[in-house]
Amino acid sequence: MSRLIVGPFNRVEGDLEVTLDVAEGRVVSAHVNAPMYRGFEQILRGRDPHDALVYVPRICGICSVSQSVAAARALAALGGITMPPNGQHVTNLVLATENLADHLTHFYLFFMPDFVRPVYAGRPWHAEAARRFAPHTGERVRAAIAARQRWFTLLGTLAGKWPHTQSLDPGGSTRAIDASERSRLLARVREFRRFLEAVTFGAALEEVAALDSEAALDAWVDADPQRGDLRFFLQIARDTALAALGPGPGRFLSYGAYPQPAGGHALGGGVWQAGKLSPLDVEAIREDATHAWLSDEGGARHPASGLTEPVADKPGAYTWNKAPRLAGEVVETGAIARQLASGHPLVLDLVRRHGASVHGRVVSRLLELARVLPMMEDWLRALRPGEAFCTPGSLPDEGVAAGLGEAARGSLGHWLSVRERRIANYQIVAPTTWNFSPRDAAGRPGALEAALEGAPVQPGETTPVAVQHIVRSFDPCMVCTVH
Amino acid sequence: MNVLWLQSGGCGGCSMSLLCADTTDFHGELRDAGIELLWHPSLSLESGAEVTALFDRILDGELPLDALCIEGALLRGPHGSGRFHIMAGTGQPMIHWVSRLAACARHVVAIGSCAAWGGVTAGGSNPTEACGLQYDDEVRGGLLGAEFRAAGGLPVINVAGCPTHPGWVIDTLTALAAGSFNEADLDTLGRPRFFADQLVHHGCSRNEYYEFKASAEKPSDLGCMMEHLGCKGTQAHADCNTRPWNGEGSCTRGGYACISCTEPGFQEPGHPFHATPKLAGIPIGLPTDMPKAWFVALASLSKSATPKRVKVNAVSDHVVVPPVAKRTRLK
Repeated sequence: MSRLIVGPFNRVEGDLEVTLDVAEGRVVSAHVNAPMYRGFEQILRGRDPHDALVYVPRICGICSVSQSVAAARALAALGGITMPPNGQHVTNLVLATENLADHLTHFYLFFMPDFVRPVYAGRPWHAEAARRFAPHTGERVRAAIAARQRWFTLLGTLAGKWPHTQSLDPGGSTRAIDASERSRLLARVREFRRFLEAVTFGAALEEVAALDSEAALDAWVDADPQRGDLRFFLQIARDTALAALGPGPGRFLSYGAYPQPAGGHALGGGVWQAGKLSPLDVEAIREDATHAWLSDEGGARHPASGLTEPVADKPGAYTWNKAPRLAGEVVETGAIARQLASGHPLVLDLVRRHGASVHGRVVSRLLELARVLPMMEDWLRALRPGEAFCTPGSLPDEGVAAGLGEAARGSLGHWLSVRERRIANYQIVAPTTWNFSPRDAAGRPGALEAALEGAPVQPGETTPVAVQHIVRSFDPCMVCTVH
Repeated sequence: MNVLWLQSGGCGGCSMSLLCADTTDFHGELRDAGIELLWHPSLSLESGAEVTALFDRILDGELPLDALCIEGALLRGPHGSGRFHIMAGTGQPMIHWVSRLAACARHVVAIGSCAAWGGVTAGGSNPTEACGLQYDDEVRGGLLGAEFRAAGGLPVINVAGCPTHPGWVIDTLTALAAGSFNEADLDTLGRPRFFADQLVHHGCSRNEYYEFKASAEKPSDLGCMMEHLGCKGTQAHADCNTRPWNGEGSCTRGGYACISCTEPGFQEPGHPFHATPKLAGIPIGLPTDMPKAWFVALASLSKSATPKRVKVNAVSDHVVVPPVAKRTRLK
């Protein structure tokens, strides 16, 4: 048995170290270390509750809006404030802009460049992969950055700027949109639609969203294999057997994405396991700090009474991240969980055949681009200029509340308690907190730790490429993970 | 110009903001300006041992490092050990890597307010002993010390902001690459003057409301946010309203207060961000360079002269009373 310590692990957001025990060309066990701690939960204590709207987006530069939305929802719940329909639509639009940008960034900047590595130099697709996805020079990498830049101008108008807007208020949006602005925003969304249809998919978004099985997906690829970057990726995925790489725990969590003014979510949530969707019991969440450099006083805790106190010399600890568990179980969260919970037939079929995998996670993200952009067009059309975008409200001096939502990378929750008009406790459980959790008190590895077991390691590899594919398939955000 | 970019106690948002730079070809623009990214955590292929090998070549003097860009605060804790961020794969605290690499760099650039002053990461009780490269909030010192100068002769260049504007980074790096950036281009806090000699107030689209002290009272109101909603745009040094964000945006255009994120210590203003602190009804933070008596006199005169249109629209989220359309040739 030999040991590899892999890091710095780039093209994830933040810093990451993975320790691998390797025998006979396979990973036997993996330990995931989130090596940076900033202590937002400590920093927020004692502040005015509204200050969360300034602080929490700055947890993360890539899922900034997701953090703002969770905080705004927690404050809205605390104050009993309900957004007007315009406020709900703008909040969803701002969040969807970030989530889709993150999917684009992940695919073009973080995930695909690994296929350019010399280890693949003998594969028939390697030269074309380099032409499209080589960092700094790849044609599609550069086109994607340009498309992303234009896409984020949506948030210049809707939210003042990105990242780190304060326009997302418990009562809705601080930025009312007039009719001419709405037209311009719709034109900008369609511009991105054209990019996706020409470059990413080589097909109409509706055609991609209508793919309803693995067989349909395969037939779609074979009909025109070089057209669009999704088909090109799927060819590489076949050749490198990505559907068999990086299995998940088989339990998937989504809090539900994009709540609608009439009730329900555009992408419904729940816990998906063994072919079945069950309602989520939020009270069954616990955070276990056994292997974190944090106090585990009182054992595993529900985040509403969570504790974050560094203990840098704690024996047996190997990360700053806690281990969240749902009813004691490891779960996976992300686009794949949202697509399962919202019942998309393609992802249901992929997971039925292969379980979660590197392939399924990437397909789910791109499918989400195709599914959510048309929703954004609908939400823009649903805005009623002249009607309210924000409901004024005030916060009580005491209370407890939670704000749940879906970031690009999965389920994000904020739990808040207020005493004497000050934050008494603020606890955050982010998507990668779940996916990249360490072992819990029972010794069960987290989702990534388990997904890495069995991964192939080629002779001489110090940073095994299969490990890189698996790690990046989760689109980790390490700055959110520990916060 | 060889650039190495590292991240520590921050959110990565300044890198994400940088990718929003106003260009149709981000990498082409850097290349044409003579900027070579040796390694960037979000943009480069190299991982693990490939990266540490690059650091070794720099430290051995084999590879010249022209600009070291640091994003995020420097985490000195716990108890000065730097263990709140051990750089992955190296077993060494990030503060050690930064100190050693800074000693080899021709220029050292703090990207964002965390790297410049400590920023949000140094908020509250500052549990990680976070600081900036050459400042600890407004006090000179920080990780590298008050007297630090990079090999090129300049102190740390503080491209502050939370996040920093992509244009501020591009303009700074482009000027450094062209050899046209010198000490006179820095303000007294080490910020590039091309943005720090402006105030966020300049070009604010709420200017008419400010002139008449027609104030917003609640989120989404169109009025000036200085009197009630905590806006520090008349005090904060930055060109956010003359060089907008993400196309046509800025904080004030987005309907929320400027929190003066380019200023040291902005994260702990001593009052809730969303409300203006006042003394006897007068905001404590007055417009830059304006004596209090003048402000009070002008404000009271302006309020008494506010047109009804401005007064009504200030507390609405859209224009309720449009300006009168004069049908004659305007003089």
